[in-house]
Amino acid sequence: MTETSIPAPRRGVPLWAQIIIWVFLVGLLVIVALGLQRRQQGTVQPGQVIDNFSLPLYNGYEVDGKSDIHLADLRGKVVVINFWASWCKPCEQEAAELQQAWTEYDPTGQVVFLGVDYVDTEPEARVYLKKFGITYANGPDLATRISQYFRIKGVPETYFVDQDGVLRYVQIGPFPSIEAIRAQIDPLLE
Amino acid sequence: MCQQKFLRVTYYKLLLGAIAALALSFLSSVALAQGPTPTDDEVNRIAKQLYCPVCESTPLDACPTEACRQWRDLIRTMLAEGKSEAEIKQYFVDHYGVRVLAEPPNRLATYLIPAIAILLGALLLFRGFQMWMKPSKARVAVKTAQTSAPDPYVARLEEELKKQK
Repeated sequence: MTETSIPAPRRGVPLWAQIIIWVFLVGLLVIVALGLQRRQQGTVQPGQVIDNFSLPLYNGYEVDGKSDIHLADLRGKVVVINFWASWCKPCEQEAAELQQAWTEYDPTGQVVFLGVDYVDTEPEARVYLKKFGITYANGPDLATRISQYFRIKGVPETYFVDQDGVLRYVQIGPFPSIEAIRAQIDPLLE
Repeated sequence: MCQQKFLRVTYYKLLLGAIAALALSFLSSVALAQGPTPTDDEVNRIAKQLYCPVCESTPLDACPTEACRQWRDLIRTMLAEGKSEAEIKQYFVDHYGVRVLAEPPNRLATYLIPAIAILLGALLLFRGFQMWMKPSKARVAVKTAQTSAPDPYVARLEEELKKQK
């Protein structure tokens, strides 16, 4: 017959709990989105200023007697950063060309080559360096910090950084010839 | 004269014997320091606890790539040098990062944060079910009021309607 409709308080999860659940869910989504974005982002892009990093050098590959090298100390010079590994067959295709380019540009004093040895073992790396007669600065990417910063997708990859520390070009895969290396360095020296 | 020659030969024989004994003892001590060559099982016992960053999702003991073969060789070399399992794993973490470990390092936060999250979730679920199962106090109060004492206004209205009829 008659039913008085008195608004009853809403039943369910209290507000504070709802807020926590939503914050947790949104946080989870943000983490997933950032991960996906990072995966799709690819390597660092030309135009970006490269942050300073330190590369410990193998014995016999030191620069000016120093056992490690800092990118920040190389401002004013063109820096060619080559990621490689002894187990990487495509790296062998460009090893001789890189060494040849280094011998050409070393006397100018305006270009520095850095070999970053990615996920490698030192004995095998030394065999590789000796096999191809590589003399420019080389060292291991300890804890893969440098390769993670550059977000490399594999080896070989080469990054050309100009005198102001700005990334100017990224080479994915081996260089087909020494001309291809010169084509990236020469414009930066003009 | 002959006796002198005999003594000299004996002296040289003894000298050579002493040198040979010294050389043998030195070689055996080197061999003992290096230890026997580790077996594949010994290498794989450590390798299966590691993941090479190049071959994601494949443990080192089962990975067929050249990079992983080199890593296994390195483990074998380190075992032969007398390095412990913990020392070898630490070397790999230092050189290739913590992500090479199959299990995260035993840090308090590694286990504490998921445990807290699970407890918090369980508590929220419990509270939620508790609220859903419990009948609303207000609705119960209204129903009780309706059954125990009818509304006087409604009663009077019904009475007036009867009179008009």
